[in-house]
Amino acid sequence: MTEPTARTVYLDHAATTPMLPVAVEAMSHHLRGVGNANSLHASGRAARRVVEESRETIARVLGCRPGDVVFTSGGTESDNLAIKGIFWARRAEDPRRTRILSTAVEHHAVLDPLVWLGAEDGAQVELLPVDEQGVLRLESLRESIARDPGSVALVSVMWANNEVGSVQPVEEVVAIAAEHGIPVHTDAVQAVGTVPVDFAASGVDALTFTGHKLGGPFGVGALVVRRDLTVSALVHGGGQERDIRSGTLDVPAIAGLAAAVEEAVKRQPEHAERVAALRDDLLRRVVEVVPEAHLHGAATGPGRLPGNAHVGFPDCEGDSLLMLLDARGIECSTGSACSAGVPQPSHVLLAMGCDDDQARHSLRFSLGHSSTQADVDAVVAAIGPVVERARAARRP
Amino acid sequence: MRVVAAMSGGVDSAVAAARAVELGHEVTGVHLALSRNPASYRSGARGCCTIEDANDARRAADVIGIPFYVWDLSERFHEDVVEDFMDEYAAGRTPNPCLRCNEKIKFAAVLDRALALGFDAVATGHYAQLRTGPDGAVELHRALDEGKDQSYVLGVLDQQQLAHSVFPLGGTSKADVRAEAAERGLLVADKPDSHDICFVADGDNAGWLREKLGDRAPNHGGDIVEDASGTVVGSHQGTYAFTIGQRRGLRLGTPAPDGKPRFVLDIEPVTGTVRVGPREGLRVDRISADRPRWCGSPPDRLEGTVQLRAHGAEHRAVVTVDGDRVEVELLDPAEGIAAGQAVVVYDGTRVVGSATIAATQRVPA
Repeated sequence: MTEPTARTVYLDHAATTPMLPVAVEAMSHHLRGVGNANSLHASGRAARRVVEESRETIARVLGCRPGDVVFTSGGTESDNLAIKGIFWARRAEDPRRTRILSTAVEHHAVLDPLVWLGAEDGAQVELLPVDEQGVLRLESLRESIARDPGSVALVSVMWANNEVGSVQPVEEVVAIAAEHGIPVHTDAVQAVGTVPVDFAASGVDALTFTGHKLGGPFGVGALVVRRDLTVSALVHGGGQERDIRSGTLDVPAIAGLAAAVEEAVKRQPEHAERVAALRDDLLRRVVEVVPEAHLHGAATGPGRLPGNAHVGFPDCEGDSLLMLLDARGIECSTGSACSAGVPQPSHVLLAMGCDDDQARHSLRFSLGHSSTQADVDAVVAAIGPVVERARAARRP
Repeated sequence: MRVVAAMSGGVDSAVAAARAVELGHEVTGVHLALSRNPASYRSGARGCCTIEDANDARRAADVIGIPFYVWDLSERFHEDVVEDFMDEYAAGRTPNPCLRCNEKIKFAAVLDRALALGFDAVATGHYAQLRTGPDGAVELHRALDEGKDQSYVLGVLDQQQLAHSVFPLGGTSKADVRAEAAERGLLVADKPDSHDICFVADGDNAGWLREKLGDRAPNHGGDIVEDASGTVVGSHQGTYAFTIGQRRGLRLGTPAPDGKPRFVLDIEPVTGTVRVGPREGLRVDRISADRPRWCGSPPDRLEGTVQLRAHGAEHRAVVTVDGDRVEVELLDPAEGIAAGQAVVVYDGTRVVGSATIAATQRVPA
């Protein structure tokens, strides 16, 4: 982790974004205190009060009830809890419910639990196709459900894609699933704070978000899940968080999370407008310098995350581009980070119909609350020579 | 210079990278991902391709204070090294994949990419020395530490490749390198050396070949024949499991007439025959080789030495070159030399070049 410096052009906000000052303040304030939110004495009650006020703040800005908010360690845990917990509970109610429908462009935090349930626990997982912009083909969802509605335990469709920024038709998904009483989960990790998200209005039954993508701390997030939906626990213990997610609550992190969510959602409209303008400027000028460069995913506008610029540079390898930009202090991504550090062609781009080469020649610039015009100017100044170099380095 | 330090995750390449920094180079650490499926390669401290090794390399780069990236060369490695390894065994030869990797991957694919990206050279942890010769050309010499000398596996490098190489460890002993690693706070200081072939996960070469070769194997069994008499003395499950000079694992049903141990003398993939005989039959006096690679200008005739396997002995020899054909007359005979192995030619400590052994011959006494 580095202090952002004048030299660093940080354009990887979809990976993680700097904490907002209000969140740092709230969190550091409570780091000095003592009290387990489950203790019965005054310090415990004070800690509990912080947790419950945080829950209420989050509920107010995300359009849910406080009781819907289940604090977790972050996006991956929330996704696992939603997928496994809802699947197990729904199948326990009716053993015929063995199908889970999702999309081919989900984050690994959704895909991998699905694959695991398929391999280890008898789930029949269907990853529904997307169009060339990365948007779920709704007719495939309709057809899949219609084949045997009674066997569907759960539908999980991300709110917005982390790689190419395409916003999914969550409301339509909910409408289709609701006809058959099937619960819907959405991974909204990239969405909260960048596009309007209202839990109740969306009609979803469960929604994942995490602190560090919206200006809050690492290691804390939540699953917003309708109080009346039964969810099997993954982590057993002291019975915290509706007995769905045991473990001593991280009071300072939860306070920081609530402060960040409140601020990010409040600022969302102006943030989106400012960041989208920077992003559009970046795209326009990059294409001026490198005419073959092209945007992947949905067109800019409400169908795309405002800070996302996922750009293909033909005849380049993404990891060469990344390294050359990094050497110039410009930080971006080739897609989603990979544990081994070995770039695999993105499953998202492959699902959108890109071939292996196209899937490897891309960069994701993701802008956030600390992005400036100077960041955009730096990319525009560097991209020409960098692309030229990367082309030369490509295997003939 | 701007230098790419190839970092395997082991102690040698980590110290080499640290030294390259101290030599004043601008160094970027690069770990080569060579396996298409990292879990399938040798695990733990002995290989060079696991996720754990990549993490070790990353931590070493952190300690040294250089940028670090992983380059995916798994496709190239598979095509140029693993496939070649299988083809060679299928043809009854005994390849050295480390030489092939240096020739095609580390000092070709990696070097080409590095040069294109604006770097000037590739540094590795090989124990070998580079010097500038009287004509200004770069010369490759044996390492100071004879026990660790790795000039043999670098004998495939040509002048262009050598001119863009940096071997910071050539003048040091392994013990000193370990001590230096510990001093520098590199956690890999105690990591054991790698020895076997990195892509054969459990070291079971024959088992690996049996599984991977499948239909490409020239045979899945045949006779083991006493060379002198032609008598069938046993059977086997595939000639690819054998190498010339091998003694263990023959499981001969018939004892040798002279009661002495039997060695593999010849492998005939087409008929599926493995010929065995006494140790004397392994003696080699002449070698014909092809596919030469010269470090500088090729010699016509040279009285020097040759080395026939990694960490093998030096043999005095007369080497004659005619285009792509290299004839080696061994003044000190060798034993158990297989086609496919590399003969590396030395003039004193200087590596002249290498060639792939095509045939061997014994001069009757």
